[in-house]
Amino acid sequence: MADMTTVLAGVELPNPVMTASGCAANGQELHRFFPVSELGAFVTKTVMKDPRSGRATPRMAETASGMLNSIGLQGPGIDVFCEKDLPWLAEQGARVLVSVAGNTAEEFGEVVQRLVASPAWSCVVGVEANISCPNVANRGLVFACDPVSSERVVQIVRTRVPDGVPVFAKLTPDVTDIVAIADAALRAGADGLTMINTLLGIVIDTDLLRPQLAGTTGGLSGPAVRPVAVRAIWQVVSAMRAGTVPTAPVIGVGGVRTGKDALELVAAGACAVQVGTATFNDPHAPRRVLTELEAEVTRHGVTRFADLVGIAHERMVTL
Amino acid sequence: MSAGVVQVAGEVIANRRVGAYHHLTLVAPGVAELAHPGQFVALAVGGPTSANLLRRCFSIHKVKPSGTYGGTVDVVVAAHGPGTQWLTGLSAHDAVDVVGPLGRPFPLPAEPVACVLVGGGYGSAPLFWLAEALRERGCHVEMVLGAASEDRLFGVVEARRSADGVTVTTDDGSAGRRGWVSDVLGDVVDRTSAGVVYACGPMGMLRSVTDVARAHGAVAQVAVEESMACGVGVCMTCVMPVTGNDGVTRMVRSCVEGPVFRGDRVRWDAIEGGITRVPDDALGAPRPGGH
Repeated sequence: MADMTTVLAGVELPNPVMTASGCAANGQELHRFFPVSELGAFVTKTVMKDPRSGRATPRMAETASGMLNSIGLQGPGIDVFCEKDLPWLAEQGARVLVSVAGNTAEEFGEVVQRLVASPAWSCVVGVEANISCPNVANRGLVFACDPVSSERVVQIVRTRVPDGVPVFAKLTPDVTDIVAIADAALRAGADGLTMINTLLGIVIDTDLLRPQLAGTTGGLSGPAVRPVAVRAIWQVVSAMRAGTVPTAPVIGVGGVRTGKDALELVAAGACAVQVGTATFNDPHAPRRVLTELEAEVTRHGVTRFADLVGIAHERMVTL
Repeated sequence: MSAGVVQVAGEVIANRRVGAYHHLTLVAPGVAELAHPGQFVALAVGGPTSANLLRRCFSIHKVKPSGTYGGTVDVVVAAHGPGTQWLTGLSAHDAVDVVGPLGRPFPLPAEPVACVLVGGGYGSAPLFWLAEALRERGCHVEMVLGAASEDRLFGVVEARRSADGVTVTTDDGSAGRRGWVSDVLGDVVDRTSAGVVYACGPMGMLRSVTDVARAHGAVAQVAVEESMACGVGVCMTCVMPVTGNDGVTRMVRSCVEGPVFRGDRVRWDAIEGGITRVPDDALGAPRPGGH
C-alpha cells in the first residue's frame, strides 16, 4: 500500500482527497454514501455571517462536460453552522477545512472569530478564504480579482485564525495574471492556496432566447475546466520553484472526476485535490477518486504519494 | 435525515413506448425495499464518461422488491433533451447508474378519508402506487388525469384499476372532458367529500390544484418537478420558497425536504414564467442590490 499522507503547511492528513466547497453541503448528505472521515479533509460549503437565501432559480445549466451554477452562497450563517454542522462533522471524526466568506474584509474576520470560538473548533484542520466566488451581484466583491483586496482579506483572516491552523486563499482563474494574485495572498500571510474557483459564464436558452440562469451569469465547473485548473496550478508552482513567489502548499480543484484527473493536478504541483462537480454525477466520487489515486501512485511505482507532487515540472521537455 | 438510500449499477429489463412517453423497468437491487410512493430516483445518463454530468430525476412509478430479476424500479420518461433521449434509447440489459430512493414520500392520512389524486401528463406516474397504498388503508380514491392531448395522458387504463373513480381532461378534447384538471377537481372533491388532494405535474397545475383544494376544504399535497443537478441534497440548485411551521419562508431543497410539499406552504407568488424569485420576506433574502 502506498503512503498517501500529505502535509499542508504543517498539518498532516492521512490522504490528499477532499470534497470541494459547495459541492458536498456540510457532510450529512454524502455520509449516507461513504463515511466522510475517510477523506483527507471535508471542505464545507462557504459560510457567511448571516443566513443567506441564495439567488433565484433556475440556478443551474448543464454544459458540455460541466455545468454553470449561480447558487449565490446560500447558507445558514456562521452561528447555525457552529451550532449544528461543525459539531456533526466533529462527531464523525472528519478533518474539516472550513470555507468562509464575507461581504467585506471585516466580515471575513467576524466569521472567522465566531468559528474559532466554536466548541467543535478542534476538528478544523484549516480555513479556506473564498475570495473568488463569482456569484455575487457586485463583481467588485470578487476580492481575488485584485491583489490589494486579496491582501486585506487574507491579513484579517490570518490574524484571527490561531497559529498552527493554516489559512488557504481560494483563487479564481478569471484574472489576467493569477501568479500576481497568488503572490499577494501569500505575502499577506496565506499559508497555502486553493486553485481554482469556477469561471464566469453565461448559457442562453435557445427556446426562450434569454439567459438560462435567473441570475444571468454563473460559475462554470466540471471536467471542462480541468485544463484551466492544471494551468493555474502549473503557473503558480512554476513561480514558486523559480523563487519569484513564496513556496506554499497548493490544493488543486477543478474538473476532477477520476484518480487520473486528480493525478494531473498533483503532477502539476497540487499536494491535495478536491472533488467537486463530479459528486453531482456520482455521490461516491470523492471516495472513489481516493481509491483510484492510490492505484495511480502504485502504477507509477512510487511508494509515497508525495513523490508525485509537482513531478511534471521535472519531466517537462525543454525546447 | 433518512439513511435509506443506495447507489447501484442498474440494468434495463424493459423499455416500452407508452403514448408520448417511455416506460422503463430497471433492476436496481435495494431501491425497491426502501421506497415509498412520492419518492424518486436519480439516474446518471450517458455512461461513465458522459459529457452530461447531471443526474436526471424521476418519480418512482412502481417497485417490485423481489421479482425474477431481483428488485425492480419503474420510471416514466419523456424525451426532452440529450439525457432523457439517451435513457429512452436504452435497450434490455443496458446499464444505468441508479441512486434512490430519494426525497420525502407522500404523507398518508391516519384516518380512511377520501382522497383525490391529480396527475398532469406523466406526472401521474407515482399516483397509481399511491392509490393502492391509500386503498389498503380504507381510503376512497378518485383520480383526475389531465394532459394537453390524449397521447400525453399517462396511465388511464391503470387508473381504472387503481382508483374508485377516474376523470380525464385534455386541453384539446381528444380524450375525456375538454379543459384542465382544475376545471373538474372542485366537483370531484365535493362529491367525494375528499380531505386530501395529492398532485404531481407542472408548477402551474400544482398551483391551481392547491387553490381548488383550499376552496373546497381539502389539503393539497403536491410533488414538484424542479430541475436538480444531484438529487441527493448537495448542489442547492432545486430550491423553492416554502413556508415552515414557524411561519418563516426559506429556500428549501426540493430533493431532500420535498419533492412533496403541502400546497398551501409553497410560495406560488414567487413562481412565474419559469423563474422562481426569492420572496423579499424569505430568510436571508437579498438586500437591495442583490447578492
